[in-house]
Order: sequence, then structure tokens, then C-alpha cells
Amino acid sequence: MFRLEARTSTPAWFNLALPLVAIAATLILCSGLIAIAGAGVVEAYGVMLSASLGDSYAITETLVRAAPMIFTGLAVAIAFRAKFWNIGAEGQLLAGAVASCFVGAIPMPGYLAMLLMALVGAAAGALVALVPATLRVKFKVDDVVSSLLLNSVIYYALMALIEGPWKDTFSGYPISPPIEDSANFPVLVEGTRLHLGVVVALIAAPLCWFLIARTTLGFRIRVTGENPEAARYGGINVQRVLLSTALLSGALAGLAGVGEVGGVHFQVMSDISPGYGYSGIVVAMLARLNPLGVLPAAIFLAAVMTGAEAMSRATGVPAFLSDVIQGTALLAMLVALLFTAYRIRRVGAPA
Amino acid sequence: MSAPLIEMRGITKSFGAVKANEAVDLSVAPGEILGLLGENGAGKTTLMNVLFGAYAPDAGEILVEGRPVAIHNSADALAAGIGMVHQHFHLAPRLTVLENLLIGIAGKSGRIDRARGLARLDEISRQYGLSLDPNLPVSALSVGEQQRLEIIKALFRGARLLILDEPTAVLAPSEVDGLFAALRSMAAQGLGIIFISHKLNEVRALTHRCVVLRHGKVAGRVDDPASTTSAEMAKLMCGHEIVPPVKQSSTPGASVLTLDRISTSAHAGTPLRDVSLFVRAGEILGIAGVSGNGQRALADVISGMLPPKAGAMTIAGKAVAQFSPRELQTLGLGRIPEDRMTTGLVTNLPLADSMVLPRIGTEVFSRKGLLNPAAIRAFAEQQIKAYDIRCPGPMVRAGALSGGNLQKVLLARELAFDPKVLIVSQPTRGLDIGAARFIQEKFLAMRAKGCGIIVIGEDLEELLMLSDRIAVMYEGRIAGTLPSADATVARLGLMMTGAEGHA
Repeated sequence: MFRLEARTSTPAWFNLALPLVAIAATLILCSGLIAIAGAGVVEAYGVMLSASLGDSYAITETLVRAAPMIFTGLAVAIAFRAKFWNIGAEGQLLAGAVASCFVGAIPMPGYLAMLLMALVGAAAGALVALVPATLRVKFKVDDVVSSLLLNSVIYYALMALIEGPWKDTFSGYPISPPIEDSANFPVLVEGTRLHLGVVVALIAAPLCWFLIARTTLGFRIRVTGENPEAARYGGINVQRVLLSTALLSGALAGLAGVGEVGGVHFQVMSDISPGYGYSGIVVAMLARLNPLGVLPAAIFLAAVMTGAEAMSRATGVPAFLSDVIQGTALLAMLVALLFTAYRIRRVGAPA
Repeated sequence: MSAPLIEMRGITKSFGAVKANEAVDLSVAPGEILGLLGENGAGKTTLMNVLFGAYAPDAGEILVEGRPVAIHNSADALAAGIGMVHQHFHLAPRLTVLENLLIGIAGKSGRIDRARGLARLDEISRQYGLSLDPNLPVSALSVGEQQRLEIIKALFRGARLLILDEPTAVLAPSEVDGLFAALRSMAAQGLGIIFISHKLNEVRALTHRCVVLRHGKVAGRVDDPASTTSAEMAKLMCGHEIVPPVKQSSTPGASVLTLDRISTSAHAGTPLRDVSLFVRAGEILGIAGVSGNGQRALADVISGMLPPKAGAMTIAGKAVAQFSPRELQTLGLGRIPEDRMTTGLVTNLPLADSMVLPRIGTEVFSRKGLLNPAAIRAFAEQQIKAYDIRCPGPMVRAGALSGGNLQKVLLARELAFDPKVLIVSQPTRGLDIGAARFIQEKFLAMRAKGCGIIVIGEDLEELLMLSDRIAVMYEGRIAGTLPSADATVARLGLMMTGAEGHA
């Protein structure tokens, strides 16, 4: 017989081991689906791996996909550290995309346009995140529900924009006018889509780590998240910390949208985000809310996404497998987190 | 004597390298109240968790009425007739008393038999003198009543041996008498009781026999607690003599904290009404009173958690404007909260974080918004050494420390900054004698250095020992203030009921 017993401490290597165990469990669980779809498991995963990380072009494609999830993953990780339950990274991303598209369409020197796109996009995301945070601080409204529902509000506002005033009068497609060519983010490697925004995303992660681990704001975020009562007693303005966290989190999610507009699509359409905001939650959980962990976690999910398309073409397994892998990875990680607080102990029947 | 109800033989349980219990033997006969004594960390709670099935022992066996049993979980323990009342209650606050009793014991059909439940509750109430309104929600019960419900719950499920883990730590003195009467009545009717405590006078008054644990081993057994002195038992617990701290005489200086006609609006508990008091430098002011007479509001106002509705407060001659924790701290106030785990510390973060929390924004630990990790660590290490805080190091989770060590952490983080005034609530509640003495001596040392201290407490003997003056609170007011030379437990007790007032 086995039973769970409370742990008094968690070994440090768990932070690394748990996500790896969760990912391994996910791949094993999902191999059943591949088999049902009639493909060879080893072959399918092999195609996924080579198409996502097999050569330098594949790697750049994976990084381009990872960039928005790095931003949303950071947004969620920082919010969750303060126990501000921001499920609204998707809406904040869309708000950032729309705002940066507005700015990018205005003729001005390229570097200025890019800077303004980033600032305005981040501000738009921050403002959206401020809504659930304010509702929670002022009226005790549950932030999970309000931030989640706000996603739909933003999404349909975006749809109204591209079906209405922004609609392409020439083709009749519901897409926004493109941003100025000069506002397109520079491509770093000729022949790939690796744009400046990806580098910014890669730098953002260590910056966020520094913020959480080495600044007084980060300290206040951590303490407020773990015990708001002790934080208040210790002289921390808990409400202000929650609002600052929301601004920061929303700004990061907004930057995800900026990157998609400036570096990938150059305009806004209804499917500009295939759920990067929600994937950010998976990324943050796999990263155990550590900003540095967000990098490998986002790259893993991006690899699954790019790999799944190639796998689908090669083996006929539907590309939806990538969504299943994402969902399973989140569940596996949540189960794995149990072992930070408990250990399994074997209890033999006494002889 | 009949066969023991429960017998534990050679119980050993280790956590990593630490032996929490080593070859412990213990037995309880029907009708017997056994005291289980020991300092914090001596292994009392571990031993009882083994008995109740929360931990599997590494070695040893448990016999119920002479037959060996395997107890893997609380269901096994209940089936063997063992019930436990934990320090932290396991109740559903939104459900009623009756519903809490019926949780988990619905019949096979899934139907809940309220009528039978009521009848059984009534029977238990009459048999042991434990009454509770079955229809009240648990959230409306006082702490003492919730404890009574936990006891009833154990009996409801057929417990013949009841384990109580430091049951009096959460009770007001008046509630303790009621608990003891009920326990005596249960024992008289053949139940066995294990009473865990480190309050020696209670153990001497209640138990028939005692087992004393030290460092996980049985350090001694006391067959006649009533005629054994507290000093003898304390020596068994600590391994050495315990001497009460000596209070040097001192001349108090100027007032360092004054409250002038402070009132608060309705708040969790009794609000303050027109409370005026002062503490002088080098003086300890005790605040006595039956729990729930405004002590909580007083502590909250002084520590900046509850801005008053009316009235004024000054610290070291300066008027308090915002009543925020940060402002009070800057004015020179040190604070030690009543609830160490929820108000004082961040149990899930490293110990060092809790130690620097109130002053993280000051130049000592950060500059221009950037933390100084080296300074934080050095401060924590220095305090751990200075206060002999038993822990693996400053980066260990604060929640892993024992109660006495947690209180030392809170003391260290305030005293390191030489406060002019210190406000503490229930400073030694739940601590063993050794830790309590340490804390009390620190207060006296601070007093000698010219700090003014307010001690809010329920332990009158401790207040008499520490204080220069004692103020009694009654229904949100100060019912009177006495120099402690004129105060006795009896006189304070009378004032606490509102019967006698002294301006």
C-alpha cells in the first residue's frame, strides 16, 4: 500500500525535475492517441522533433513561436507570484496588438515607430489588466472570473474593429490595414522570420527574474502573494502591490501582441493569437512561476506547436495533438506539484 | 488494574536524520487521564500522530485492549476507538454543528439521518455535560465551543480514547475550567484521555499520571502529578533547573506611548471605547482581561492595522497621523503580533524574508529599489546566532520552525532596531517553559535598556511577574489600572468581570 506523507522541505532539484517528469508523462500519455490515429509513436515524435529543432531554420521558427508565449508566460508567472489570478493574458495580448497596429500605421521614422508600438502596446495590455485588479482591490470581485471574461470582451471589440472601421475595403476581408513597412521589426537572420521582438523576449525573462528576485517590488510581490496579512502587518501596501503587479503583467502580455504585429503578421486579424495568452498559463506553471524557467517552457510548447504541423503532414495524425499535449502537460504539471508538498511512502502490512 | 485501553511499545519514528521518537512506551487505562509532557519539538505531536495513523512508525507496535492493531490512517484509528482533537480544528465553518458531526458518516444509501444524529448528540451532551446548539453554524461558535464540537465529534464516532493536543493553548482561563470538568466526567465514565500540554499547573491539576518526553525519548514518568512540584517536572522536561527571571527595580522615564480617548468602529471583536493609557520608558504595562474585551482592537490600533475612529496617539512625543504600520515603525514602535503564523511570518518563504520584511524598504536591506541580498543574509544569520534560533539556516522555509523559534524570529526582527516602544500580544502562548523564559528575559532586558513595553496577555501570573503596572480591559474600556505591587490574581480576576473599577 502507498500513501502520501507531508514533506517538511522540498529539495531544490525538484524545480528542474518536476517539469521534466511532467513532460515525459505527457509524451507517454499522448503516444496512445498517436497510436489510435494509426501512426508510429517513435516516427511521429521523431518528425515533431526534427521539424521543430532539427535544423537552424526549424529552430528560428520555433523561437518565433516561442516569443509571444515567453511574454504571456512571464505575465502569468509574475501575476501568480502575487496571487493576482490573471487569466486574461489573451485579452491583454490582443489589446497590445490592436494598439501597436494603430501606432504602426502612422508614418514616422522606423525606430520611433517600433519604440512607440512597444510603449503603447504595453500600456494597452496594462490598462486591460488593471480592470480585474481594480475590481478585486476595490470591490473584492473574483479576478479569475473577471480577467477571463474580459478576454471575450476584448476579442469581440477587436472583431468589431476589423469587421467595421478597419475592414479592408478593397478585398472585403476582416483584416486591419497593414502597419508601415518602416515599422516592421528588422529580421535578424536572412531568410528566416527571426525578428527583433524574439530577442527582446529572450532578454525579458532574465529581467523579470531580476525584478522578482532582486528588487524591493519583487520582494513585496512575493510576500503579498504568500501571505497578504503578514505583508500588511509588515508595512506593505498590499493593494498598491496588486495594482503594480497587474500593470506589469498586463504590459508583458501586451508586448506579446506587439511582437506578433511588428514581427510576424504586420497587421491585425481575428486569429492573430492561437491562444498564446492561455498557453502562457501552461508555460508559467511548467516554469514553476520562475521567470527563467519560462524560457525553456515556452520553447517546449512552441516546438510542440511547430512540430505538430509537420507531424500532421507526414503521418496524418491531426495537428490538434499539439493542443492535447499542451493541456496534458498542464495537468501533469499540476499533479507533479503535489510532490513538492508530499512524498510517497510505502506502507507494508506488518508481518 | 484492567488491561490498558491503548498501549504503545517501542515506537520509533525518524524524519531524515532526526529521531522524533525513539523507543517510546506508553499506555492508558480506561478511566485514566495521562499527561504527555515535553518541550516543543520533544516529539509529543509526532507520537500522537503515529497513534492516530498520520505517520507510520519505523518500529514499534500499538495494542488496543491487548491486541496489536495496524493503524494506517485516521479511519483505522477511529475504528480502533481513538479520537484526536488537534490544535488546529478540522471543521467546516459554513456548516452547522450537527452537519459537522454527520460529515463522512452518511449511511450506505447516502441518506443523512438527522434525527438519529440529533438523538446521539443529545445523549453525548447529557452524558458528559457538553452542550452545543446543533443548528448554529460553526462560524458563529467561539474557539472554546469549536473545541467542544471537536470533542463531541470524536465521541460521536465512538472514541474510547481521546487525544487532546495542547487543548488549553487556545482557551481563556474561564473556558479551561469547563474543559477540565468535561474531561474528568469522561474519565469517570471509563474513557481514556491523553492530555498534551506544557502548562505544568494544568497537568498537575488534571492528570492521574504523566509521561515526560525529551529529545524524542521518555525522560521520566510521574505517577502522582498532584504531589509533584512544577519545578521537578520542569527539570524532567528541560533536563536542567528552570529559574524564574528576576525583575530589577527601575525608575520609569518619560512617556513613550500615549493613547488619548481612542475609540474604534465595529471590528472583528469588541471595539475600543474611549481608551486612554500611557507607557513610560523603562516600564512594562500589562493589559489583562477576559479574551474578547477589546484587546485585539487595542493591539491592532497600536500596531497600525486598524485606524481609530476617534482619539489621538503619540509615540515618543510625536503625534501619529496615518496609523499605518510603516509610519509607526519609523516613529520607533516595535510590534509582535498575537498570531505568529498568519500575521507575523510568511511561512512559505525563506526565514530570512520574514526577518527583514518590515524594514525591506529601508537603507539597511535595499537601495533605490534594489535588494541587498548579502545584507539580508548577514542580518538573518546574525539574529539566528544571537537568539539561538534552531534552524538549518536563513534560507529554510519559515514554516518549518517550531513555535518557540518562530517567536524568537519575531522578537529578533523588532529588537534588532532598538524600538522605543514595544507592543506584544500573548508573547508566550503555546511556548514551552524554556522558550517562554527566554522571551520574558528579553522583555526585562529591553525594559532595563529604557524601552517601554505593552504586554497584552491572558496569563495573569506572567503579567504579574513582568509588569510594573497592569491595566484591565472590560467591554472595550480600561476598567482600571493597578501598580503590580498592589495587584493579585484574585483582585485582577474581579476587575476582569467588571465588578471593581480603579481609575
